[in-house]
Amino acid sequence: MNLKLNAVAIQTLVRKEVVRVLRIWVQTIVPPAITMTLYFIIFGNLIGRRIGTMDGFDYMSYIAPGLIMMSVITNSYGNVVSSFFGAKFARHIEEMIVSPMSNAAIVIGHVSGGLIRGLFVGLLVTAIALFFTKLEVQHPLVTVSIVVLSSIVFSLAGFINAIFAKKFDDISIVPTFILTPLIYLGGVFYSISLLPEFWQTVSKANPVLYMVNAFRYGILGRSDIDISHAYIMLFVFMITLFMVAVTLMNRGVGIRE
Amino acid sequence: MTALRIKNLQKTYANGTQALKGIDLTVEAGDFYALLGPNGAGKTTVIGIVTSLINKSGGEVEIFGHSIDDDLAAAKSCIGLVPQEINLNLWERVENIVVNQAGYYGLPRKLAQERAEKYLRTLRLWDRRNDIARTLSGGMKRRLMIARALVHEPKLLILDEPTAGVDIEIRRFMWDFLREINAAGTTIILTTHYLEEAESLCRDVAIIDDGRIIEDAPMSTVLRKLQREIIVLSLSEVMKEVPRLDNYEMLLREDNDLEVAIEPSHNLNDLFRQLNERNITVVSMRNKTNRLEELFMGLIEKKSNSAAKDPS
Repeated sequence: MNLKLNAVAIQTLVRKEVVRVLRIWVQTIVPPAITMTLYFIIFGNLIGRRIGTMDGFDYMSYIAPGLIMMSVITNSYGNVVSSFFGAKFARHIEEMIVSPMSNAAIVIGHVSGGLIRGLFVGLLVTAIALFFTKLEVQHPLVTVSIVVLSSIVFSLAGFINAIFAKKFDDISIVPTFILTPLIYLGGVFYSISLLPEFWQTVSKANPVLYMVNAFRYGILGRSDIDISHAYIMLFVFMITLFMVAVTLMNRGVGIRE
Repeated sequence: MTALRIKNLQKTYANGTQALKGIDLTVEAGDFYALLGPNGAGKTTVIGIVTSLINKSGGEVEIFGHSIDDDLAAAKSCIGLVPQEINLNLWERVENIVVNQAGYYGLPRKLAQERAEKYLRTLRLWDRRNDIARTLSGGMKRRLMIARALVHEPKLLILDEPTAGVDIEIRRFMWDFLREINAAGTTIILTTHYLEEAESLCRDVAIIDDGRIIEDAPMSTVLRKLQREIIVLSLSEVMKEVPRLDNYEMLLREDNDLEVAIEPSHNLNDLFRQLNERNITVVSMRNKTNRLEELFMGLIEKKSNSAAKDPS
C-alpha cells in the first residue's frame, strides 16, 4: 500500500467532507443546535425543575452530558450515512473507486468527516448547555477520548449502513428504529439505578449506555457502569466495524456489480 | 509496450446474464483504439472491469503490465476514465471536483490545483470554475469529466461515449483535443455510437457483439472489407417511380433523392451515362452512411445469419 498516496487521498476526502458540512450548514449544524436547545428548555428547565436531583446532581446538569453525547452520536452517524450513500446514489463514489486510493482510506476519510462533524456539533451543544447549567469537567482525558471513540464507532456504523442501503429509506430505518431507541434507553435522561433489577440488566446490553455514562463520568465524575467496560466495548466495536467496513468495500458490496 | 491486455475475460451478472463470454484484447501503448458494438454488447462491462467498477467472473486484465488481481493500485494509477453516465457531484464546485480527483490519485494540493487549472483552461471551463457542476450544460459536464479523468495525466484514457448528446462544435473541439493528447503519447480507448467518430479518430478497432469480439484489426484493414456503399443523388426534378438502370439497385426517396447501391464492380461513369440517357439531371451527390456503420451492420447480420444456419 502506498502510504503517501493514501495520506494525500484521506486528506483530500476529509477536506471535501468538511466543505460539504459547511456548505449545507443549515442541514448539518443548525438542526442539532435547535433540537438540543429545546431539550434543555423543556426537559432540563421546565420539567427538570419538578424532578429535582438525579444521582446527586440537578437534573439539567445530569442530562447535559447525555444530550451532548446524543448529538455527537446522531450527527456522526448521519454525516457518514448521508455522505456515502449520496455519493453512491449520484455515482460520484466512482471517482474514488477508480482511483488507486485504498478501500481503508475511503473508510478512514469518511469516518474522519463524521468525527469532525460530531465533534463540531458536540462543541456547539456544549456551548448551548453552558447557557443553562455549569459544567466543570472532572476528567478531561476521559471526556475527550470517550467522545472521539463513540463518534468513530457510530461513523463506522453509518458507513456500513450506507454500504447496504439501496434507497434513501434505507438510511433512515436504522436511525429511526435502532439508534433512537438505543439512545433514549441509554441513560441520557435517567440513571438506570431507578429501574428494576431486571431492566438494569437488560439496559447493560445497550452499548450507548456505556458511552453516555463514561462521558458523564468524564464531566460529572459519576457513572452507572465501570468505565473500563466502556473503553473495552468501544475498542472492540471500533476495530470490528472497521474490519467489516473494509471487507465489504474490498468485496464491492453495494458499490460494484 | 502493451497498454491493455485482456485474456479470456468473462462476466456473468447475478441475474444470470452472461455479458462477456471470454474476450481477448490487446491495445498497444500510444494507440487510439475504438471499441464498438450495439447496445448491450458488453462494451461498458469491459470498461467497468478494467476500471474496477465491475467485478469480473473470470479471465485476466493487465494495464501497462500491472495485473488488476495482483497490483490493482498501480494498474488504477495508469487509467483515466470518462464514463458514459454523468457521475459528477453536481453540488460541488467545478474546480473542487478536479482538484479532489487529483488528491485521490495522491497528487499534492498545489500540483493538483495547477493541473486543474491547466485542464479546465484547455477544456474551456476555467471561467466556470467557481460554479457548482449542476449549473453546467450537458456538453460542459462531459468536458468536466474529461478534465477530471486527465488531472493525474494517465497513460491510458478510456472514454465511454464521451460525445453523447454534445453539439457538433463541441464534438469537433473534443475530437481535436483527443487527437492532441493521443499525439502527445496518451493511449486512448473510445467507445461511441457515432461511428464516424471512431472512423475519424481511431487507428484500431474491435467490434464486440453478444459478449464476444467479432472483429479486431486496424481501422484501415476493417474498412477495406467493405463491399458496397450507398450514395445519394439529389435530382433536379421529382420522379414518380424509380428509374430502371441496368445492374443498379436503387431506392427513390420523397425529397427527390435517389439512393444507389455501388458495388466494387460498378463505376460511376457508367451510372451517370445511364442517367444521362434517361435525361435525369443530378444536382449533387453524397454518401448515405459512413462506411464503418455499413461494415458494422454487415458483421452483425453475417453473424446472425450464420448462427441461424448452425443452431449448434
